[in-house]
Amino acid sequence: MQQASIPTTSRAAPLRFSFPNGGRSGTSFKPEHLPSILAEGSRTGFFEVHAENYMGAGGPPHRALETLRRDHTLSIHGVCMSIGGAQPLDRAHLGRFRDLIARYQPALVSEHLAWSTHGDTFFNDLLPLPYTEGTLRSVCDHIDQVQEAIRRPILLENPSTYLVFAESTMTETDFIREVTRRTGCGLLLDINNVFVSATNLGFSASQYLSEFPLLKVGEIHLAGHASQNDGAGAPLMIDSHDRPVSNEVWALFETVISEFGPVPTLIEWDSQVPVWSVLKAEAAAAQAILDRYHRMFSYGERHVA
Amino acid sequence: MSPEARLSHTSAFAAGLLDPTCPPPVLLSGPRGQDLANRYDVYRNNVTVSLIDALAAVFPAVQRITGTEFFRAMARFHVRENPPRSPLLFTYGDDFPDFIQRYEYARSMPWLADVARIERAWLDAYHAADIRPLAAEALARVPHDRISTLRFEAHPASRIVRSEFSAVSIFAANRDQAQQDRLDASLPEDGLITRPDFEVAVRHLPPGGAQFLLSLMSGKTLGEAATDAQNDTRSFDLVANLAGMLDAGVFASMKLGEQQ
Repeated sequence: MQQASIPTTSRAAPLRFSFPNGGRSGTSFKPEHLPSILAEGSRTGFFEVHAENYMGAGGPPHRALETLRRDHTLSIHGVCMSIGGAQPLDRAHLGRFRDLIARYQPALVSEHLAWSTHGDTFFNDLLPLPYTEGTLRSVCDHIDQVQEAIRRPILLENPSTYLVFAESTMTETDFIREVTRRTGCGLLLDINNVFVSATNLGFSASQYLSEFPLLKVGEIHLAGHASQNDGAGAPLMIDSHDRPVSNEVWALFETVISEFGPVPTLIEWDSQVPVWSVLKAEAAAAQAILDRYHRMFSYGERHVA
Repeated sequence: MSPEARLSHTSAFAAGLLDPTCPPPVLLSGPRGQDLANRYDVYRNNVTVSLIDALAAVFPAVQRITGTEFFRAMARFHVRENPPRSPLLFTYGDDFPDFIQRYEYARSMPWLADVARIERAWLDAYHAADIRPLAAEALARVPHDRISTLRFEAHPASRIVRSEFSAVSIFAANRDQAQQDRLDASLPEDGLITRPDFEVAVRHLPPGGAQFLLSLMSGKTLGEAATDAQNDTRSFDLVANLAGMLDAGVFASMKLGEQQ
């Protein structure tokens, strides 16, 4: 049985070394896959769960997660903290998040640059925010509170968006860079989100990635998206997590890994979930790219641009 | 910055998410001059569809009975009237059974709200704390003359749903994909939901059983609860009900009252 990792007990501080779990690929954990995962017995990848699905008092969800955690590396991905919201964080929710992290000791902890609650209404979506001095202060304040509560840094995920705010005074990458500088948080780079936003808003995904603070990235997300038309003749990509990763997103991923080296990479699949072998194959495809550049980087070919 | 100003980006954006008559917020701009309303509609659609999906996940038997189209239309009304107040979506839909009871188009299915109550209780039981239920042998150690003074503490998963209709049978017939025979929906049924280990169980309660357990769960003594049950149902069988409740794992603990 794998040893439980040692909890971080210091106050949140910028990480000087890479996040744990090196260049492994992983997948979203779906309870229906647990028998297949256990039958397989191999323990190379990692699994990510949405924190809120495990905030009940007990029952089968916790039993499944405990079983998984015994032999596999875990990533806990918060979806509902509403870090990008204007109102104070929900203290009860923050307490539940802290308790979950303490109970399962995940290798990775992440949340979103988005909001989902306004007043007392929970919208169950990752909603966008303008990028201004005011929202920067409140996002940093919220991340400080989360990191204080769980006593470790989080990885903040870039959003997928469908429109922009007229009042924004800075770019998303400038905003995110400043958030990492002020709070010491790391980043979860969702390359599918970059591609979806770039297509929807008409900017270059490569340009965005070149401006993104990649050295702070502790995890990468890859996922599938749905492609539509927005009714006004423009392409509209929906971040649907219901199909394989697209060729364009694989290409962007390979570019990022080739330039910055391997990073833990997760295949997200949350809707129309396939059988385990299909999801596993997606993770294997990511692993092949990570391994190719792992060899290259471990032979000292990394150079500072 | 004033608190009002700090709230602006979410309050303006939130206003129309569940209200299709509300225009998109003015502080947005579409990319390349594209139609802003279409882009805001993506969020409206994501929010509404995901919350309808959340209700469908909690109430699968109700959806199977009504059909998907009927269910989603009904759920859309409810989502707009009563969106979730908690980020824990597995707690959503507490008030959905009452909504179904009032829902004009569901009047031909008067038992539907009770089926929904059983499904809501099922999910509460599923997520309830892991506590070992009171063992059946525990009762055997209680001195005979003091059994009537016992008070019980309910297991966190235990729920009772009383129905004027055959809601328990209808629930059971619609939770799996099995073919079903036609049911007589008009027989009153009481359902007991428990989760003694990791499997939720839904049982029919015998006559008087619901009153008996509800009295015990409210903190009355075994003697008082037996009297309540007999007043409710003259044929109430105390011995059979005691054995049944221990077998089902309704209670977590018990304690003796004062000597009488």
